[in-house]
Amino acid sequence: MDLTLKVWRQKNREDKGGLETYKVTGILGHYSFLEMLDVMNEQLITQGKDPVAFDHDCREGICGTCSLYINGEAHGPDRKVTTCQLHMRMFNDGETIYIEPWRSAAMPVIKDLIVDRSSFDRIQQSGGFVSVNTSGNTQDANALPIPKMNADKAFDVAACIGCGACVATCKNSSAMLFVAAKVSQYAYLPQGQVERKQRVLNMVEQMDKEGFGNCTNTGACEVECPKSISIEYIAKMNREYLSASITAE
Amino acid sequence: MSVLDSKIPDGPLKDKWTNHKNHINLVNPANKRNIDIIVVGTGLAGGSAAASLAEMGYNVKSFCYQDSPRRAHSIAAQGGINAAKNYQNDGDSVYRLFYDTVKGGDYRSREGNVHRLAEVSGNIIDQCVAQGVPFGRDYGGLLDNRSFGGVLVSRTFYAKGQTGQQLLLGAYSALNRQIAKGKVTMYNRHEMVELVKVNGKARGIIARNLETGELERHSAHAVVIASGGYGNVFFLSTNAMGSNATAAWKIHKKGAHFANPCYTQIHPTCIPRSGDHQSKLTLMSESLRNDGRIWVPKNMEDVLAIREGKLMPIDLSEEQRDYYLERMYPAFGNLVPRDVASRAAKERCDAGYGVNKTGEAVYLDFTSAIQRYGKQEAAIARIKSPSDEEILKLGEAVIESKYGNLFQMYEKIVAENPYKTPMMIYPAVHYTMGGVWVDYNLMTSVEGCYCIGEANFSDHGSNRLGASALMQGLADGYFVLPYTIGDYLSKEISTGAIANDSAEFIQAEREVSDRIDKLMNIKGTKTVDHFHKLLGKVMWEYVGMARNEEGLKKAMKEIKKIRTDFWNDVRIPGDKSSFNPELGKAGRVADFLELGELFAKDALHRNESCGGHFREESVELDGEQKGEAKRNDEDYAYVAAWEYKGEPADAILHKEELEFKDIELKQRSYK
Repeated sequence: MDLTLKVWRQKNREDKGGLETYKVTGILGHYSFLEMLDVMNEQLITQGKDPVAFDHDCREGICGTCSLYINGEAHGPDRKVTTCQLHMRMFNDGETIYIEPWRSAAMPVIKDLIVDRSSFDRIQQSGGFVSVNTSGNTQDANALPIPKMNADKAFDVAACIGCGACVATCKNSSAMLFVAAKVSQYAYLPQGQVERKQRVLNMVEQMDKEGFGNCTNTGACEVECPKSISIEYIAKMNREYLSASITAE
Repeated sequence: MSVLDSKIPDGPLKDKWTNHKNHINLVNPANKRNIDIIVVGTGLAGGSAAASLAEMGYNVKSFCYQDSPRRAHSIAAQGGINAAKNYQNDGDSVYRLFYDTVKGGDYRSREGNVHRLAEVSGNIIDQCVAQGVPFGRDYGGLLDNRSFGGVLVSRTFYAKGQTGQQLLLGAYSALNRQIAKGKVTMYNRHEMVELVKVNGKARGIIARNLETGELERHSAHAVVIASGGYGNVFFLSTNAMGSNATAAWKIHKKGAHFANPCYTQIHPTCIPRSGDHQSKLTLMSESLRNDGRIWVPKNMEDVLAIREGKLMPIDLSEEQRDYYLERMYPAFGNLVPRDVASRAAKERCDAGYGVNKTGEAVYLDFTSAIQRYGKQEAAIARIKSPSDEEILKLGEAVIESKYGNLFQMYEKIVAENPYKTPMMIYPAVHYTMGGVWVDYNLMTSVEGCYCIGEANFSDHGSNRLGASALMQGLADGYFVLPYTIGDYLSKEISTGAIANDSAEFIQAEREVSDRIDKLMNIKGTKTVDHFHKLLGKVMWEYVGMARNEEGLKKAMKEIKKIRTDFWNDVRIPGDKSSFNPELGKAGRVADFLELGELFAKDALHRNESCGGHFREESVELDGEQKGEAKRNDEDYAYVAAWEYKGEPADAILHKEELEFKDIELKQRSYK
């Protein structure tokens, strides 16, 4: 298939940026979206032009690096996938595709389609851990049975890949699904109880400090989340936060 | 040729590590605060090492090329992590894990290292659970296990098909805790491009800030390389696009021996390639072989009909299918080790039985498992005489709970539903057992420079067993390096801060800067990927699943030529002082173009078949093992450690003889 691409180009953090138009031809349905971009870049380089910079690494939907806003949707038109798992069979011959970076004040563009997500790291640093030393001299792993349902739920939220699609798709640029995933994972597990209250307070504080917006329950985040993390966990985080605010020492 | 000292402690095997730890020099807490350590890479090994070292009190600088340490490629590991816990009461023990690992590695690993790995395996699980890693559990709330290839026990802990992700996020959380405390300084989007030695000791690195293109000098008392494997030398592999050998190769060029580069793992269960545009291959976890049965059609006419789309695989009766692993290896069946499973798939496809258009695919079929689980679940739910439909539904639900994400991943890539029609799979490059040579303390042949995780060569011999990579990465990072590095650093307590403006640093930075200018000034006509793909084709064809003398000699010649062409005709767009992904890639491919040649040289010199290294000249000619790989313990029971001498082809071989005191060397049989 032949496609017209409208791609966001921006030289650096300071540059204003804008959309540029490129044509690609001979794309087959089993190409991944990023392989289609590889073809485009190969063309650009051969023509002596600067290729489009985009973030990507594992190309199997788990590292959370790829981050494209495609035709107005985070990770494009398919569901439960990252951009690297999106395949060209989702598009039609002759189509025009808009490709933009994540847009959020807390995730500034570095170049073209690449954004700075270090705000996510800083939120995790503010409390996304259990304060246990890595000595290995902890109790035996089976000394602490965990009900399967709780373990499964903790896993479901721990599956978050930190890609930022929830932020990109939210009209408020809210990171609450991302933060709720980590807060909930530890809230379900006995290991997380000791620091439960302080954790949610610290992580929410850092989230606000980074400039992410609030949640107004539009639910766009759970639609675009490649790992299908439910908005219910935002409700859970709110309960955790409320309870901690009232009862914390 | 010199003799390498592996520094394996004396004494009985089971006491070596304990005695060593008890007699190792320690650094007192006040002195640790004055010692700096650089860790390159933030995967399971690097992330856990940086966190542990910082926790002990050292000042750590941690580097990764990704935008966050959480994205290191350990995250993509699917199936699980081994530990000798014997929770399933199936007779597992530290000794059995040790034995299986040495045997699985085809007797080309060090006994001492492997035993240590087995000893600390249980601590890893305890540690990860304490961190809140959500492993799979049974209804009683206890940890569940699954089985992996090459063993007869269930000792693999897992978190669905995302075990690597959960373990890495555990290490990342420990790292974050130390970053928050200011004990680790994190450098994201930074790539190590040179090692700096002062008076023969590793004293720092030159790093390139990938966003700004700036070169930075970072000094430390010790440097730890945890940059992963070199599978991307094949261009197509299950590695991430950015996975590279640059850090490992740079230290090799500064004096660290590179060991057994030819030991590569070609993983049997990956999604087959679909065409030339392809950028990477996707793994389907080996854990699928617990429940999937591998087959090709028995009759050639069925193969052809399937390829033409006239026949569907589900239309073939049991009698028309060749479950070749079950046929050839009745004892282990579909759970033979990876090297054996891969070669068997290649043998069937070379014989013409491949089931897709490229002729390079076999089936992995879950029908039997779905039926088995369906009936079991129906019994648990007390459904009397369940209908076929009910059984199917219940069975599919069990498969989904075990492998849901893998099935979804397959469906998205291939656009076929693997619950309804068998998966197609084919072997792909996955893991590299070879790597930087290290002694028992994980120190390379450069004093003060350590290497851990997949980047080193130490524990897997010539073939790694499934679920052992995660174990080794975390063992090195959490429980081995933090102890052994103290022995070296105890001599550094009065050294004082290392200056980064010495002549050595300035010289190293200039060399890097010159190399980058040279690359930018070629202004040729071909892209970096063009050369990388050429290299990959030569590697796959002549240095892939089966190798012979003629092909290897040809490969060495061709790789050298591609390298020359690269340095004459590569085109790198943009400039060096802004974010330029092509420039970063060019530096990595330049290193692969050297490493590939050494790889072929190593494969050429090792005229035996062992593990992942299969020489067509060395096969069993008769008996029960006819056609199987033939090892040559008399001449090749050693580690081949190569010393850099300017050109990869000129590398000098150093041998470390492998001693087997506790295990008898045997022909590996899985029949």
